[in-house]
Amino acid sequence: MNTNAITSTSGESQKTDKVGPPLWLLCELTYRCPLHCVFCYNPVNFDSVNNELDTDGWLRVLNESRALGSVQCGFSGGEPLLRDDLEVLVAEAHKLGFYTNLLTSGVGLTESRMSKLKQAGLDHVQLSFQDSTKELNDFLSHTKTFDLKHKVAKIIADHEIPMVLNCVIHRLNIDYIENIIEMAIELGAEALELANTQFYSWAKVNQEHLLPSRDQLERAERITNEYREKYADKLRIIFVVPDYYETRPKKCMNGWGNVFLTISPDGTALPCHTAAMLPGADFPSVAEHSIEEIWYNSEGFNRFRGDSWMKEPCRSCPEKENDLGGCRCQAYMMAGDPAAADPVCDKSSDHHKVQAVVTKAQLPNGQHVSEHPLIFRDAKSSKKLEKENVVF
Amino acid sequence: MNQSASADIDTSKIASIAKPYKLQFEDAQDSWVLLYPEGMVKLNGPAGEILKRCDGVKNILAIIDELESAFDQKDLQKDVVGFIEIALEKQWIDLTSATSTS
Repeated sequence: MNTNAITSTSGESQKTDKVGPPLWLLCELTYRCPLHCVFCYNPVNFDSVNNELDTDGWLRVLNESRALGSVQCGFSGGEPLLRDDLEVLVAEAHKLGFYTNLLTSGVGLTESRMSKLKQAGLDHVQLSFQDSTKELNDFLSHTKTFDLKHKVAKIIADHEIPMVLNCVIHRLNIDYIENIIEMAIELGAEALELANTQFYSWAKVNQEHLLPSRDQLERAERITNEYREKYADKLRIIFVVPDYYETRPKKCMNGWGNVFLTISPDGTALPCHTAAMLPGADFPSVAEHSIEEIWYNSEGFNRFRGDSWMKEPCRSCPEKENDLGGCRCQAYMMAGDPAAADPVCDKSSDHHKVQAVVTKAQLPNGQHVSEHPLIFRDAKSSKKLEKENVVF
Repeated sequence: MNQSASADIDTSKIASIAKPYKLQFEDAQDSWVLLYPEGMVKLNGPAGEILKRCDGVKNILAIIDELESAFDQKDLQKDVVGFIEIALEKQWIDLTSATSTS
């Protein structure tokens, strides 16, 4: 998902002292999913969440968010198609004036469901692919879904709903990037998001397996640029860089509590879908508070707004407004302090930890992994990781 | 607004908002916005006034007339055509001729 796409043409930057509306509402309807992707960004303890919001709860979220000024609504998961009320929620969101996006693996998107969703006013589908080859796609998601995704892409195209393909890129598939791009063309996507793995949740557990080498990354970027020229009028290609190879952090979520509001399956409101891992965070539930109270007044959402929470080296950094200190989850995971500078930044005293990970990724295949085999996202692993107190 | 109005734009053409964009007024932002998959363009005042008139019915000349009388100004043609060029380049709008579907 591209949170930077919400911008202003008039060029005025949002003032940090005035909190704007939650322009982007992400409804994570469920953590249930037929896939078992090794880079899933759902929390590693997803299996312990079993009290999903009911239809009325989601309808209230949609109404209250829209009243505050939300314009983009994403229905995500897990696999959102596992919710029988998806059509009802899309219809309500459409009626309220949201631009409605479905983020799906495609499993369950039958002809009849697609046609009901279109009727409900669905504006856009983001279809995820694991890779362009059947063997790797099925291996990485641990299912036989590749043929199905081709069928689904055709169903979406036949209904004339704009479609973005999303392929998470990592060490195991980055060398086939040209095949992935060709496949996006063949499937009639209007955009392709080549999203290099961000290392949170399951991807963090499997980091050694997934981080590409610098050579792999440079080759992929070069080929992507060649294809951008070749297909300039056909396909928009978004290449999300892996931040471990940068020396300045990303402006995570375009700023904490700035434009982005995630509601997780049980109704917990989060400034981003991984923020629940942070210690000391008190994130409110939509079952107890209105969206307005949550967005403007809750401790959880105000905690890292603006820049007054910053420590050194961020506080006195002339570039602090460019990235707002980077990602709070990454700071917590690698520096042990959610208010520290994101260790991706080479001004961070913990930057050497990122460098150590990157150095290891330059080793040839077979030598770059020293921990465990790939761990697939499933209930059993979730229970095990939770027992071991793995928080990311 | 871009001042380089060129003769390339045929002002008898009818303008409409292109797919997949949706144009709507947002109270919370007190402005017109264009929504597209996972994104939003917040429009400044003049851009919003022009795009909301790109309704698939009026041609560009009619839009200019309407704006000139609504804002009690003359000679808006250059500004409007300049913006139409930008909007076309960004693929926010489609232009069709009056004889085709409107």
